[in-house]
Amino acid sequence: MDSKGFDGIGRHADGGVRSVKVMIAGGFGTGKTTMVRSVSDIRPLTTEETLTQASVGVDDLIGVAEKSQTTVSLDFGKIGLNDSLVLYLFGTPGQERFWFLWNGLFKGALGAVVLVDTRRLASSFRAIEEMERQNVPFVIALNVFPDSRDYPVEEIRDALDVPAHIPIVSFDARDRAASRDVLLALIRHVKGRPAVAVEPR
Amino acid sequence: MSAPRRPVDPSGLERYYVLTQGRSGPGDSAAGLDVATLVVSRSAPVPGLQHEHEEIIRRCREPLSVAELGAHLGLPFNILAVLLSDLLDAGRVEARDPTPAHVAGRGPDLALLEEVLSGLERL
Repeated sequence: MDSKGFDGIGRHADGGVRSVKVMIAGGFGTGKTTMVRSVSDIRPLTTEETLTQASVGVDDLIGVAEKSQTTVSLDFGKIGLNDSLVLYLFGTPGQERFWFLWNGLFKGALGAVVLVDTRRLASSFRAIEEMERQNVPFVIALNVFPDSRDYPVEEIRDALDVPAHIPIVSFDARDRAASRDVLLALIRHVKGRPAVAVEPR
Repeated sequence: MSAPRRPVDPSGLERYYVLTQGRSGPGDSAAGLDVATLVVSRSAPVPGLQHEHEEIIRRCREPLSVAELGAHLGLPFNILAVLLSDLLDAGRVEARDPTPAHVAGRGPDLALLEEVLSGLERL
């Protein structure tokens, strides 16, 4: 069987195809994979990292006393932006405590979308903290579920303790155009962000 | 005399051990590999290659990310990184890291971000 991989990448400018990546973060069940699925050109795939006891070192940390390996999965999709540029979207593992195990997960990312379920704000606290700690530019996207109440954005901003310069948008992760708009909001935010070195404080 | 026994679990750790010849991490050439790194073959597969090496070369005739390779081959990132490091060392593939939005100490790469924006707007 001869696999030709995915269509459309690099057919015209074979040598020059580049990739960029955006991370989709947020608490468990906030809709990360749903968002990846709705904007991706391909059916989302899963890639895994296997962590052996030797590389983890501390069993208690991952709560599996007798397991010889632990698997951390990333669901991902991709969008062909033009003939020579591909955007990869990675949904981060729901349990943020695994993030540091995946070496350099956020390194080189254009930025991150942190998904928030307004019915369970606290589930995304940890993701927001991590973005700030790792200095990853991010926007907050409120995934509106059918039974979500309509809170004023400023109320949410207070509750999440997110500074005024971080955009907060509402959307439905199942909707392709809405998910695309969230990515646009992120890239515009990154564009307007000063260089790290000259950032105040 | 009994015949040698087949591995009980050829899909798990034993398989990875065989694939990597027991190496647990990639060499320097692949130490910086990212899930979004694009891998591109530099030549056609040659006879005598390990099956997985051949498979990678075949699939990467056109640029393919490490994440996609891992998903298609059913291999975890760390195992794939060992195999890619062999191919990188032998010059059979090249790797292109994802383009960042900022170059250290400088402002955002506006041309790149514009390119991303217009690509998204066309969706």
